[in-house]
Amino acid sequence: MSIATTYRTCPRSGLQFESQAEKLMLANAVAAVVFLLIGGILAIGVVLTRWPSIHWLEAATFYQVLTAHGIDMLIFWIIFFEVAVLYFCASTLLRCRIATPKIAWTAFALMVIGGVMNNIAVYQGGSSVMMTSYVPMMAAPSFYLGLILFAVGALIACFVFLGTLVVAKAEKTYQGSVPLVTFGAITATIIAVFTIVSGAIILVPTYLLSIGVIDAVDPLVYRTIWWAFGHSSQQINVATHISIWYAVAAIVFGARPMSERVSRGAFLLYIVFLQLASAHHLLADPGMSTEWKVVNTSYFMYFAVLASMIHGLTVPGAMEVAQRQKGYNKGLFEWLRKAPWGNPSFSGVFISIIGFGFLGGISGVMMGTEQLNMIIHNTIYVPGHFHATVVIGTTLSFMALTYFLIPVLFKREMIAPTLAKWQPYLFGLSMYGFCLVMMGAGTLGVSRRHWDMAFQGSALAYEWPGAAYMMMGLVGVFGIAAITGGAIYIYVTVGSLLWGKKLDIGTVSDRPTPVPPTAPAAAVQTYGSSGLVAPGSFVLALIFLAAFILYYFINWKYLSQLWGLS
Amino acid sequence: MTAISPPSDRLWWKHPLDRVEGIWITIAFVWCMVMFFMMIYWHMYGNQNLSTETYKTTPEMFTAKAQAMVDQYTVRTEVDGAYPVVAPPAGADVYMIARLWNFWPILQLEKDQTYRLHLTSMDYNHGFSLQPANINIQIVPGYEHVVTVTPNQSGTYSVVCNEYCGIGHHTMVGRIYVK
Ligand code: HEM
Ligand SMILES: [Cu+2]
Ligand SMILES: [Cu+2]
Repeated sequence: MSIATTYRTCPRSGLQFESQAEKLMLANAVAAVVFLLIGGILAIGVVLTRWPSIHWLEAATFYQVLTAHGIDMLIFWIIFFEVAVLYFCASTLLRCRIATPKIAWTAFALMVIGGVMNNIAVYQGGSSVMMTSYVPMMAAPSFYLGLILFAVGALIACFVFLGTLVVAKAEKTYQGSVPLVTFGAITATIIAVFTIVSGAIILVPTYLLSIGVIDAVDPLVYRTIWWAFGHSSQQINVATHISIWYAVAAIVFGARPMSERVSRGAFLLYIVFLQLASAHHLLADPGMSTEWKVVNTSYFMYFAVLASMIHGLTVPGAMEVAQRQKGYNKGLFEWLRKAPWGNPSFSGVFISIIGFGFLGGISGVMMGTEQLNMIIHNTIYVPGHFHATVVIGTTLSFMALTYFLIPVLFKREMIAPTLAKWQPYLFGLSMYGFCLVMMGAGTLGVSRRHWDMAFQGSALAYEWPGAAYMMMGLVGVFGIAAITGGAIYIYVTVGSLLWGKKLDIGTVSDRPTPVPPTAPAAAVQTYGSSGLVAPGSFVLALIFLAAFILYYFINWKYLSQLWGLS
Repeated sequence: MTAISPPSDRLWWKHPLDRVEGIWITIAFVWCMVMFFMMIYWHMYGNQNLSTETYKTTPEMFTAKAQAMVDQYTVRTEVDGAYPVVAPPAGADVYMIARLWNFWPILQLEKDQTYRLHLTSMDYNHGFSLQPANINIQIVPGYEHVVTVTPNQSGTYSVVCNEYCGIGHHTMVGRIYVK
């Protein structure tokens, strides 16, 4: 098949970019960063209002800003970036042209229109319903319509990705199986299709309700289906950012997976179990049976947890094996000490891995335990948990990948490399603090999505303990530090794109150069023969497990002191 | 060879796993099983399990039941008569209405006695967040959730709404006294 397009081989990375795919990646990444910028500006309003001694915005503005912050960050920033990652994992890694570029542009246009429409609806007022938009609280029709258009666009992008895999196979641009990172991206896409369908099942009737075509949507049915969408969309993020962890390990260290079988098997567990585990959002709800809750949160969720625990070992393990092969063999941790801590792609990913596991992972399992959920549900512990997953896990990984892409995809020299070097530390570590103090305040009961912890104007106001006020103050301090870190990322990214020195684009050809077949290498390790290849990562994993077990039983102890409930 | 290029073994599912992976998968799996049985154990031997007793209801039906309780057991009123304080006998069915933006009425319970607490909302979703104990239950309109509670300490408890319910959300606080 002859299709008029060109293929550029990047001289810095050896990666090959097809021209249409490259433009699409760039457009999606730029749109993502724009929404991150908007969401970040909104975060200032959110955080300075929840900081009790500042208490900046009026109640109505606060809820409006919080609604937009949640949607712009969680949906628009993340999904635009994910589309760019999907195209990268298909077209670039498999060295083929992108399937149906025109349709891919249509998808992009729908996503932009949807995103803008939804934002306008929120800023017009009357749609401050939070991203969950639980019925019967209603937003303007354009709020739902914007989300639906965006979702349709994202769904089309998923099919373009799948189509590109078919192109690569048909045009034989690679041999054997797809790379692990692409495999992870396929996982994310399969989950995405399920997710978007659930989203449509619930958002389309809600849209019809908002324009008066139907007259009711059951609130509990809404919550159940909404979370089938809301929860599984988080699994898209997890699958994507774990793929990025593997990709960065490969780029920075030349690391290969310790075992393809284990890493891919763990991705498969996500497909099979993760999206079913949405019950943990409904543990405090009426109407759901105990059996359903237990089966759903354990059988389904724990297999997904198992998968994440596996990646938590195998990603650092892959780095460790690669470092040890380079001779960093002393003791348990020389490989880690001698890692390129000044390379923001590496430091970003490493801070992401640790924070995602220790803060996001452990707290997520607490909330997802049927009974423990009662001491956490809807407290500010919940945003504490998910900022550890979607910010430290997903967002920081995306940032780390961007630093690699600036010279490779943008073809620009990075401006302010010193700022970029410190950015993951500032952003990541202040987010660690931010999440911890939110979880602390949540443990004392402080509510999420709440304008005033002093309850002004309430006849029966409650007084929170002083420690709760102190922690919410620290939320403000860490939050502002994190926002500064986010601003640096945007400055470096946008600045490099606009003013960075143009770099050599490399050789351009009108036909793809296929991925060279990899010679079957003798396996470096076989089970049970060579002992432990990654002892340092194993020790890290054991420390993680110890923290996990300890904190788990502390929470049960806390629960056991409450009122009897049955 | 690396994670961003095709695997050298076509048959990746036959790729051997290292001992470190094998051990970790085993440990992680066992831990997941412990967590699974812990939930079931707590259902059998623990004292804090959320009831699943739920009925469909309407604002009218629920208000009528709450009003009957208020008529029968009110001991005094607070906030200039706006909130009756209701002290039903131990073991009784007690009702708390969540609506924009208050919890009504105020309940007065006895320590170490058990009550069947009925919760519903008249309008939007609300949250029942009992402080300082920190017990959090979702309240969904149209559904009457019956939770059996046994207060284990006396004192003044607040019920903070912790599901966003509009502009007055932060004023929505109720009260339960435990004698
Ligand atoms: C950069 C610094 C950031 C700060 C300081 C920040 C701050 C906050 C705070 C304080 C809340 C909770 C407010 C409340 O419940 O009362 C919140 C909510 C939220 N944030 Fe962030 N955030 C940041 C970045 C992000 C990013 C990068 C994402 C997503 C990728 C994100 C997603 C969300 C979501 C989904 C909510 C929940 C909104 C809701 O309850 O509907 N945030 N943020
Ligand atoms: Cu409320
Ligand atoms: Cu509320």
